[in-house]
Amino acid sequence: MKAIRSMLFVLIALVMLVSVVGCQPKQPTGPATIRVLTMEQAGPTVDEMNSIVAEFNKANPDIKVEIEYVAYDALHDKITTAMASNPPAYDVFLGDDIWYAEFAKSGYALDVTDRISKDMHDKIFPAAWDITTVSSKVYGMPWLLDEKYFFYNEELLKQAGFDAPPSTWEELLAQSKVLKDQGVVEYPMVWSWGQYEAAICDWVILLYGNGGSLVDDKGAPAFNSPVGIKTLSWMVQTIDDGYTNPASISYVEEDVRNVFSQGNAAFAVNWTYMYDLVNFNDKESKVTGKIKMALMPGFEGSGAQSASINGSMGFSVAATSPNPDAAWKYIEFLTSESIQNQYSAHLLPMWGTSYDGENLTKLEAYTPANAVTVPMFNEQFPFAHVRPKVAYYPEASKALQLALQEALTKQKTPEQALNDAAAKWVDLAK
Amino acid sequence: MQRKRTLAQQDMLVGFALILPSFLIILGISLQPILSTLYLSLFEVPRGINLQNTFVGLGNYISLLSEPIFWATIGRTFYFTVISVGIELVLGLAIAQLIHAHPPGWQFLRTSLIIPWAVPTIVNGTMWRWIYNADYGALNGLLFQLGLIDKYIPWLTRPDMAMNLVILADIWHSVPFIALILQAALATLPPDLEEAASVDGATAIQYFWFIRLPLLRPAILVALIIRTVEAFRAFDLIYVITNGGPANGTVTISFLTYLEMFSFGHAGRGSALSFLISLFTLTLAFIYIRMLYRPEEKQ
Repeated sequence: MKAIRSMLFVLIALVMLVSVVGCQPKQPTGPATIRVLTMEQAGPTVDEMNSIVAEFNKANPDIKVEIEYVAYDALHDKITTAMASNPPAYDVFLGDDIWYAEFAKSGYALDVTDRISKDMHDKIFPAAWDITTVSSKVYGMPWLLDEKYFFYNEELLKQAGFDAPPSTWEELLAQSKVLKDQGVVEYPMVWSWGQYEAAICDWVILLYGNGGSLVDDKGAPAFNSPVGIKTLSWMVQTIDDGYTNPASISYVEEDVRNVFSQGNAAFAVNWTYMYDLVNFNDKESKVTGKIKMALMPGFEGSGAQSASINGSMGFSVAATSPNPDAAWKYIEFLTSESIQNQYSAHLLPMWGTSYDGENLTKLEAYTPANAVTVPMFNEQFPFAHVRPKVAYYPEASKALQLALQEALTKQKTPEQALNDAAAKWVDLAK
Repeated sequence: MQRKRTLAQQDMLVGFALILPSFLIILGISLQPILSTLYLSLFEVPRGINLQNTFVGLGNYISLLSEPIFWATIGRTFYFTVISVGIELVLGLAIAQLIHAHPPGWQFLRTSLIIPWAVPTIVNGTMWRWIYNADYGALNGLLFQLGLIDKYIPWLTRPDMAMNLVILADIWHSVPFIALILQAALATLPPDLEEAASVDGATAIQYFWFIRLPLLRPAILVALIIRTVEAFRAFDLIYVITNGGPANGTVTISFLTYLEMFSFGHAGRGSALSFLISLFTLTLAFIYIRMLYRPEEKQ
């Protein structure tokens, strides 16, 4: 009997010990470790991010930086899941501008309004501050100031007898017809219309380029307007006519880049990063040196000369991080003007001063890509549109993605699909 | 005063002490999460730090069950489960019998069979996403070079086709599992049964149908339980290959749960969905186990 009792006692003690040890929060000892969650998609490469950390460690040897990369489409869910634990799994995370309303409401991102110096405030573009600012409070440093651009394969266009890129979507269809009829390329256009956020970005470009908008002045859905329906019908028609690669319905940006890099499309819409990879990386591109950028077309008679999508992102400190100061130090370094100027091949600086006088000349000379992307940024950015800043954006976006897909796969008419999505948006706003 | 325990009581105590560790583990890793999911499913859970949950009773269940998207999702989940497990069972049984017949090179066959099953599902999904890519995928390349198609087909752009292609990826991954279980079961069958059957003049089909298949029943049921529950909860393949698209054509119940719980931040609704999945898989396991143990009861 005694044996059993002592056995039980040992067992219970063991279980208690295990649970006590397991629940002990990790005490920060020695050098602070900053865990960073970011994405490997648009923006700097992993090598570039690592060499930035190496430079940071020269000045801050006591802060260890561990970076974890995920795909853009996993980023939001990973952040919100990580924030459910205390301390959170990450001290620093990369947030998209469409999530900041949610991050502000949920309290996930640290309010850093007081950490922004006047110098930072004045020198960084106001449009960049808009990314991380919600109700005049700042929840992070703007970082990836990006928008989608119009790319064309100059060689393919020349083969079809065109010297200049199209300036309207109508002109693009006319060129596409010739490209297709002459057998230069089977599908002149490739898009990222898969059931992802990427589809919303492409849709915003076409919708605003047709004089439409996602929401009206009061924030109510306006995308199911006659213009919205006409624009979505246009998308469906380009697939039916064989001008848009039909696989676009399943594609994201990387698929667009791969198809375009193989010379299997004459026109594409993508973020800044594609310009460098498609023109200067002969390991991944068969069309190096042949790709040009032009102002995004608009629709004739719509009153919109051009339209693009503002896809900017920012870095935030997790509100419950045990090392907010070290985390902020890293963010400040990563987003500093000198680092941004130095690593600008896949990411343009959001510092206004980087584009002034001598700085601009330097910036354009940093990489061969910059000579083109920097002036193009200045030309296109005034036409970039933001998506609504609402806390329920992920759900609203999914509803709109579904509507676009239902129309593209002909499950519903464009009108029906957009009306259903608009009704969902109204529901969500309640 | 020393209390006296009977031998039976002592045995019972020892028994309890011995099962205690496994009981605690089961409590911790299975019962506790299920119960807290049930608890959470009765609340509206706002996403954020230091926010209060609101008790809504069965509100989450009622609102879910009244939405057409829920029933469409259930329909797709059943389609995925029935088709994939059905084909996997037939193919698995065929492959198991092939190996059991010990053709030349059968050991190589058996070893290489493990490879698809050993590949992690997420890697498997990524691989098939590449295979199905319309512009540079292997499937179009293969069919085109064989002359079976004269133009690349945009796979994954029609809801029904995308669903069937995800099922194909699942079949490739899971057939080996069923084949290996059944092959192991076949190896334990007494060989004299086959001799006796042939002496009695049974044809190969009769032998298979009336002798081998009934003897394989326990193994088939085990394989079916595991695979049906797995297929019903399928998530990773869908997440990687289609992300639920096109037009929600591949959104199954687990994917919907993921969207509600993680993307939309409705932990209450997500928990309700999770609990419904648990309930369903438990029922399924219960039915299978009843079927499994019936022969013994008859004896």
